[in-house]
Amino acid sequence: MSLTPATPRSAAGPLDLPARLRDAGLAAFVAFMLFLPLVGFRLEGAEGRLGLAWRPDWVVIGTAAVFLGHLALSIVRSLRPRAVRPAGAGPFGRFVSRHALWLGGAGVAFALALPFLPFSSRYVIDVATTLLIYVMLGWGLNIVVGLAGLLDLGYVAFYAVGAYSFALGYHWFGLGFWEALPLSGALAALFGILLGFPVLRLRGDYLAIVTLGFGEIIRIVLLNWVQVTRGPNGISGIPRPTFFGIEFTRQPAEGELAFHQLFGIDYSPDHRVIFLYYLILALALLTNVFVLRLRRLPIGRAWEALREDEIACKALGINPTNTKLTAFALGAMFGGFAGTFFATRQGFISPESFTFIESATILAIVVLGGMGSQLGVVLAAAVIVLLPEFGREFEQFRMLLFGAAMVGIMVWRPRGLLAHREPTVRLHVRGAHEERPR
Amino acid sequence: MLEVEDVHTRYGHIEALKGVSLEVRRGEIVTIIGANGAGKSTLLMTICGNPRASAGRILFEGEDITELPTYEIVRRGISQAPEGRRIFPRMTVLENLQMGAVPNGGRYFEEDVEQVFELFPRLRERQHQRGGTLSGGEQQMLCIGRALMARPKLLLLDEPSLGLAPMLVRQIFHSIVEINRTRGLTILLVEQNAYQALRIAHRGYVLATGQIVMEGTSAQLLADPEVRAAYLEGGH
Ligand SMILES: Nc1ncnc2c1ncn2[C@@H]1O[C@H](COP(=O)(O)OP(=O)(O)O)[C@@H](O)[C@H]1O
Ligand SMILES: [Mg+2]
Repeated sequence: MSLTPATPRSAAGPLDLPARLRDAGLAAFVAFMLFLPLVGFRLEGAEGRLGLAWRPDWVVIGTAAVFLGHLALSIVRSLRPRAVRPAGAGPFGRFVSRHALWLGGAGVAFALALPFLPFSSRYVIDVATTLLIYVMLGWGLNIVVGLAGLLDLGYVAFYAVGAYSFALGYHWFGLGFWEALPLSGALAALFGILLGFPVLRLRGDYLAIVTLGFGEIIRIVLLNWVQVTRGPNGISGIPRPTFFGIEFTRQPAEGELAFHQLFGIDYSPDHRVIFLYYLILALALLTNVFVLRLRRLPIGRAWEALREDEIACKALGINPTNTKLTAFALGAMFGGFAGTFFATRQGFISPESFTFIESATILAIVVLGGMGSQLGVVLAAAVIVLLPEFGREFEQFRMLLFGAAMVGIMVWRPRGLLAHREPTVRLHVRGAHEERPR
Repeated sequence: MLEVEDVHTRYGHIEALKGVSLEVRRGEIVTIIGANGAGKSTLLMTICGNPRASAGRILFEGEDITELPTYEIVRRGISQAPEGRRIFPRMTVLENLQMGAVPNGGRYFEEDVEQVFELFPRLRERQHQRGGTLSGGEQQMLCIGRALMARPKLLLLDEPSLGLAPMLVRQIFHSIVEINRTRGLTILLVEQNAYQALRIAHRGYVLATGQIVMEGTSAQLLADPEVRAAYLEGGH
């Protein structure tokens, strides 16, 4: 798969111009057909009426750009001999995973210091909090997709279960954040097992379709079960987290202490934002430690083995049912935790927040990160969350830029940012060659 | 030790095993030879409960294991080195071996790894290498080593010589004999390479289109004109 045979040299020599022109023409044609409706027409509201504006120049420019770009790329490619990619990760991946410990430590130190750094602001903390939610979701899904190799397109369902467990638990039973947290994790895990049972025999494409359907079912139930979930209106007034029972308010209720009073500092609305940030940082790190530990336990090893060869696993006495169900349940549990955090951070949730695009984003983080790599997830989440933020000045071209970056990464690193996998056992017996794994 | 009694196995409409009976006694090497598609792999897989026999019984040490789930059968002491090796390509040699130790919880891991390395010194050199980067012969050693890590009482080997150069075949077969002699491990060996298999086995069965058509000691089978004509001519 990774070994692409050298392109056969055609009779016309390496610079087979007619063929390249034909390819570029084909690409330009496809682009033209896409641009025509998407870019060529524009809805414009003038004097209270909607009209169609026709922009032929944009279509021409776009098509020409695709034609020339395609041609230039294919010529550049033909001039540079195609190197055969080694099966392993590149030097970048190897470097990162070899120094994973201190790189990770430096990352954690940076994350801890972030709110106090000079450039820090409420905006920075907010973006960082969002980033950490996705890192945590990525780590959770990494168990299912990266380690166990079960393609799950409905991960957002567990995020939703977590968020709604808290929102409904508060609404109906008056549960606070700290009581709801373990409960939503458990409920999400239960839903993970519920999903796991029917899909035990499925793999690959079929599994993807069923999990996709599962995600939609959860969303549609939330949308339509109006009596309980308030349907599309969502649930508002979800309590903000407390500092272990102490509120972040300027004026606490009679006889209670507020956070700023407890610490004898001036009240600032930023306290809660920073607390939320540390909360998700702690939750995410907990997830990471847990997953790293699991990878070294027999169950974690079994997930990886299952991903590689299910028949061999059976022959070795591994129980594939339990192995898959634990992967689904644990992955779902972390999704549930993240969902609870999301609910308390937003104070308002509705089914809108749990659409398929969320599942796709989280999956993209795992795949982009290199399937199974914990640091890779952080890098990929940073790319996916931060890139659109940095791109804000490009306004409507923001998403175009984002898409181009995604394609670029997959061309440049088809196996993900960090595809290198560090082995989990080493022996301390004599005779072991102290060479690094290749 | 192992008794297979009139076992039938079907894949949908196809009946791959049509009433197979055989017996393996403690300490023996028994071989099953037969042409491609005869049902040899199906027989070994059926012993492990995957696929399950549609009729008949399988007894292991007197216990009926026909209906047990595969992982329970492995825990009872039957390990298989499956056809095509099926090692885990992205995991290192050591990790592959560790997966083999799952049935006993990895309690004897270091000790057993050492034994596997003594049997196959090549694996020691390659211990940190990823399984997928090993040569065919090394992969076969790893496959057998991985099966041994479970400390089985009965080892099922499915065509260990498949696709290997003659010298490697001899080496692998030599190791099989060594496992049998020094550890007294009982082995059920499936082979197309009938000559080599019969040379190391005590007894053999000939399987053709899902049925046992002949059985006897290795010497008897090696001398039998029909066996010679069908499975041994030209083959070494
Ligand atoms: N998974 C399967 N599904 C359907 N038919 C199968 C399957 N595996 C094997 N068979 C059929 O069962 C018969 C025996 O196959 P097999 O046990 O692999 O033979 P051998 O190992 O002796 O070459 C063959 O006819 C084969 O086509
Ligand atoms: Mg076979």
